[in-house]
Order: sequence, then structure tokens, then C-alpha cells
Amino acid sequence: MSALIDLLTSGIVQRVALGAALLGAIAGMLGAFAVLRRQSLLGDALAHAALPGVCLGFLIAGARDLGSILAGAFFTGALAALCMMLITRTTRLKTDAALGIVLSVFFAVGVVLLTHVQARGGAASAGLGSFLFGQAAAILPGDLWLMGGIGALALGLVLGLWKEMKLVSFDPDFARAQGWPVTAIEALMTVMVALAIVLGLQLVGVVLMVALLIAPAAAARQWTRSLGGMVAVSAAIGAASGLGGALVSAGTRGLATGPVVVLIASAVVLVSLMVAPGRGVLWQALAARRARARIGEARVLAAMQGLAQAHGDPAYATERGMLETALGGAPEPARLTALEKRGLIRPVTHAPETTPHWELTEAGHAEATRSEKGRAP
Amino acid sequence: MIGGFFESIPAMILLTGFLTGASAAILGSFLVLRGNSMLTDAISHSIVFGIIVVWLLTRQISGPVQLLGAALTGLLTVVLTEALVRSRLVRMDAAIGLVFPALFAAGVLLISIHARDVHIDVQSVLLGEIGFVWLHTVDLAGHAVPVAVLTLSVVLVANLAFVLAFWKELKLASFDPGLAAALGFLPGVLHYALLTLTSVTAVAAFDAVGAILFIAFVIVPPATAYLLTRRLWLMVVLAVALALAACGAGYGLAVWWNVSIAGMMASMTGLWFALALVFAPQHGLAAQARRRRAQRLDHDARTLVAHLFTHEGTPEMAEENTLRALVGHLRWPEPRARAAILRAHDRALIERRAGLLVLRPKGRAEAAAIFEPQTGS
Repeated sequence: MSALIDLLTSGIVQRVALGAALLGAIAGMLGAFAVLRRQSLLGDALAHAALPGVCLGFLIAGARDLGSILAGAFFTGALAALCMMLITRTTRLKTDAALGIVLSVFFAVGVVLLTHVQARGGAASAGLGSFLFGQAAAILPGDLWLMGGIGALALGLVLGLWKEMKLVSFDPDFARAQGWPVTAIEALMTVMVALAIVLGLQLVGVVLMVALLIAPAAAARQWTRSLGGMVAVSAAIGAASGLGGALVSAGTRGLATGPVVVLIASAVVLVSLMVAPGRGVLWQALAARRARARIGEARVLAAMQGLAQAHGDPAYATERGMLETALGGAPEPARLTALEKRGLIRPVTHAPETTPHWELTEAGHAEATRSEKGRAP
Repeated sequence: MIGGFFESIPAMILLTGFLTGASAAILGSFLVLRGNSMLTDAISHSIVFGIIVVWLLTRQISGPVQLLGAALTGLLTVVLTEALVRSRLVRMDAAIGLVFPALFAAGVLLISIHARDVHIDVQSVLLGEIGFVWLHTVDLAGHAVPVAVLTLSVVLVANLAFVLAFWKELKLASFDPGLAAALGFLPGVLHYALLTLTSVTAVAAFDAVGAILFIAFVIVPPATAYLLTRRLWLMVVLAVALALAACGAGYGLAVWWNVSIAGMMASMTGLWFALALVFAPQHGLAAQARRRRAQRLDHDARTLVAHLFTHEGTPEMAEENTLRALVGHLRWPEPRARAAILRAHDRALIERRAGLLVLRPKGRAEAAAIFEPQTGS
């Protein structure tokens, strides 16, 4: 317990935790739009494309100056987005090929620049490799203000352009037909994703940043059907993953923050995919089971009513074997039990036979007639 | 002489590059055509997880067990991604972006927890160390052959055999999966076989070029070849040739500038792509611009003959059928008017007679066809 309190009162842990939570919230908020627009992997490409920018920023500034490094990363990220657009619009190549090309070539150039910087030596260049996976402990108080500022800017833009972003995310063709500057809005959204990625470089690095964009949004999508809800839940999941990851990695020796944050976010996605009400896998399985039961019961009722009508006897006692013939297979005992429990059929004896028989009750006849007409009970 | 070849470090590095490039480009051609490029991205990231897990289980960093074991993770990524897509809870792009970061993050954490003292370190997993392939050799017929060269040779032969044996099936499944399925060619099996081989190749190549640069070798040369030709066999051959050229040029430049060899090789594939994007004879940006310009000129020339035809033989002819009228009445800037006249003149549509622009028979026929399309030829 005291270890936990030590952890929570340590300045650097507080800083990392706050930074990770902020980053998670920003990435979650912006990632929601990226996921809805099917642009999830653009974030991956932009994140990898930030590497050459990091090195360029370092080369130009001549020192490990965060401002110029982030500016460089933002610049090459934006350049990558432009290249993407150029390739998909002017060639026959598919979007995924364009993404792969931009991602791998920019990253390759980044690797070349990285080795160039490292070959030139200098104590400061050693930390540049940490941008691959992030180095949370390197966060400075000033960085938090920067993140907070950009987060506020992103929030302001999302709130201010809410209607526009909503329409462009769901129906860009309609937005274009309405005369809205769709390309400009899309570009703005891409730029904001690039900003979120740049913020995340220090904390989770270029390789895993994409998960912080996609995972909270994909999880949030399972829980809500409204855009506002999705953006809010996504930001909350992102912040919680960031916070959790920072605390876990601070409490365990040798665990890098970035991968832990990503694993936590992925676990949230897994849980959401399983249990989210209405959409989750378990939920769907349950619903399918219920539907199967309902249809099975309706078929038993219909078969019994058919037999009763054929014999002109509403209280006709149906034997299991007759049901089997009418249904084309033995009725599951669970169906009969369920129908008995609902008071729609009741077991009767049909002397001299000793096998179990059932007859439809009044309610059973009414129910069978209702579902015959196709009206759900 | 052969012994000298295997002892020469540059020859081994180049050979490793060539083998990687060729194996990757052969498979990549089909992946790019089928729109599976980003699955390569996912596979090459998640094999990191497989490599460390197999290492933890067997303590083997290379060899057939490692190759197949880690390749299984690549396949697992594909299976998980497609299962996610089939659940219809997330779309393809988000599914890819959810699965591989999770596996990759798990791999990175496992490496940092368990494997700090062995030579698997995170940065070399990402970036590769093609410069050190000659350190790790195996004795083969009296020669010390680098393990990477041996493994990659086997992989290249396997890939080549697969593609040649199933050429027809791959071609059909790439261009018309529906027909392939209808004809009983099992495109699904082929799909998994292709991706399994991609995983194996990625594992074999990761030592040399690293997880991310491998993507460049798989996607970029085939995409470049795709811009240059419309024939499948030529595309595969071109892709391999481009990959080999990138390895050669990249090695030379990397040694000259003292930067990452694999990074430079991958960057060169990007350079080829940029060149093809601009200068491809049929579909390049330059060819597109040239074609657009020719179309604009032709259109202007058609407008010109239509204008001349309208006023031919009328009293206004002296005023209308001049350069001045084009500028004054049609509101064309003078250079545009001159270019249109020149074009029409070159195509023998008009001639200059006594200071007037006069239609020649061919021009008159074209103008007549514009005004009365049905009577024209």
C-alpha cells in the first residue's frame, strides 16, 4: 500500500500518468472519427512517417529540442498524407497499397536518417531511438502544457465543427452535394490525427501509436450508437488506458509504458467485443439462442394445432412420435418443458397408451394462431 | 573461388538483400493485386511476438522450428483479423489495426522482460542488421555460409515453386475470386497459402531487414511494376528486377554515406516508385498531364472549326474567322487561341488564306460531324 502511495506521490509518475491520460483522451477522441471514416490505418502510416521528421527536426535544431522534433514529425506526417492522396487519386493502386508504400518508404528514410544522426554521434542523439517505442520518463512539465494546449485545441475544433465532422464522417457524398468544403474538412481531420500522433511519439512511439487511435474508438463503438457517445466513451477509454498503462509500467521494473498502454487498450477492446450489450459476441450468441428457442416453440405449437385441426378436436392429444413426424425431427425436450411452463401445452394421458402426450391449452391455441399470422407475441 | 565469395562480407550482404528482395517481390505482386498489402504490415509486426515466444519455448533464434513457429503467428494475425471482420463488429481497416499492435506490444514486452541478455533487442527486430548477417554462419560443404543466406535461399525456392506451380490459380484468384471459387479453385486456401508463405518470408528476412522494412520489399517494387505494365508475368519480373536494383543501389549509397544498409535499400524502392509515379509511360503523372494538354488542345481545335463553320460564307466571315475574333468574341487568352490555331493547322483542319482562317475539307467534315452527328461518318 505504501509502495502505491509512493508511486502516486512521485512527481515523475504523476507527470507520466497525466501525460498518458491526456494523450489517450485526445487520441481516443480523434480516433473515433478516423475509425468511422475507415481511415484507421492512415494513422499507422502517419505514425511511421513521423520518424524521418523526428530525425530531420533533430538535424535542423542540432539538439534534442522537443519543439523542432515534433514540428519535423508533423511536417513529414502531413507530407505522407499528401503522398497518400496523390497516389490514390492519380494511379490505379488501391488504398491499402498506397498506405503500405507511404508507411514503409517514409519509415525507411527515417531509418536512414536515424543511423545518419547516430553515426554523427553526440550524447543527445542516443535518445532518438526512443521515439520508436516512446520513453515516457522523458516527459517534462512543459510537454504537459503543450499536450494540454493541443488537446484543448482539438476539443475546441471538434465541438466547433461538430455538425460538419459528423456529416463528413457518415455521408461525405451528401455533404459534397450540399456544397460543403468536404475536402477541407477531411484534410482538417487528417491534420488533427497527425497532431495526436505527434503528441504520442514521446510516450508510445511511432510503431504502436496507431493502437491508441483505433483501440479506444473500436471499443467505444460497441457500447453506443450515437456519435457524441462514441467520441466521449472513446476519449474516456483512451484516458483510462493511458493512466492504467502509466501506473502499471511505473510499478513494474522494465516495462515500457507504450506497450503496456496498448495492451490495456486492446484488453478493453476484447472485453467490449465480447460483452457490449446488443452488439457483443456473447450478447449475439444469447440472442441467437433465444431466437432459436422461440422459433422451435412456435413450430411445436403450429404442429400441434395442425394436428388438432386435422382431427377436429381442439384437445387432441399429440404423441411425441407424431410431433417428430410433423417437425421432421424429434422436438427438443427443453422446448416442451418451456411450453409447459408457459402454460401453452399440458401433458395428458391417453389411455390405453402409456407414452407421454400433450394437448394445447386455450392460451396455446391463441398463441399458435397469433404466430401463424406472423405477429410476434 | 566459391569460398572467397562466401567469405566476402559485401557479397554476403548484397546476396542477403537480393534474396530478400526477390522472395518478397514474387509474393508481393499478388498481395498488391489482391488488395492485401496492409495484411503484410500486420504480419510483419506480429511475427515479433512469434519470434520471442518460440525463443522462450525452444531457445532457438533461427532454424526451421523458429521459421515455422513464428510464421504461425503471422497466420494467426490474419485469422484473427478476418474473424473480427466476419463478426461485423469492426471493419477491415480497424481490425488490422487492432490485432497487430496488440501482438506486437505483447512481443515487445516479452522481449524486454525475458530476453534482455540475448541478441534479440527491440531495435534490431524493427530495423534489422543486414550488416551483421555474415557473423552467424553454418558450415555447408566446407564453406561457412551465413544462416540468413541459406534460409532465404530455401524460402526463395519455395516461393518461386509455389507461384510457378499455382500461376494460373493465383492469377484467376487475384483478378476474379468469384469465378475462381465457382470453378472450384479454392481461392480461400490459396489466400492462406500465400499469406503463410509471406509470414515465412517475413520471419526469414527479419534478421536482415527488420519487421517494418520488410513491408517495403513486399509492397513497393510490385506496386511500382504495377504502374509500368498491365501484364502479370511482366509485373512479377519487373518487381523482382526493381527489388534487386534497389538492393544494389541501396548498398552502394549506404556504404558511401555510412547509414543503415537495409534502410537505404528500402528507401531506393521508394525512389523507383516515385520515378514510376511521375514518368511511367502510360499512367505516369507526366504522361497524364501530356494527355490532358493534348485533349484540351484538341477540344479547342474542335471549338475553332465549329466557330469557323458557323460563320463560313456569311457576311461576318471577314470579321469572325480571325485570330482577333477568337480573342475578342470567344474570350480566349491570345496564347490559347494561337495554340488552338496551330493545333488545327497541324491536323490539316484549317489553313490561312488572305488573312482569314479557312476550313479545309477535313475540318469542314469534322465541324459538320459536330453539328449533325448522325449524318457524319
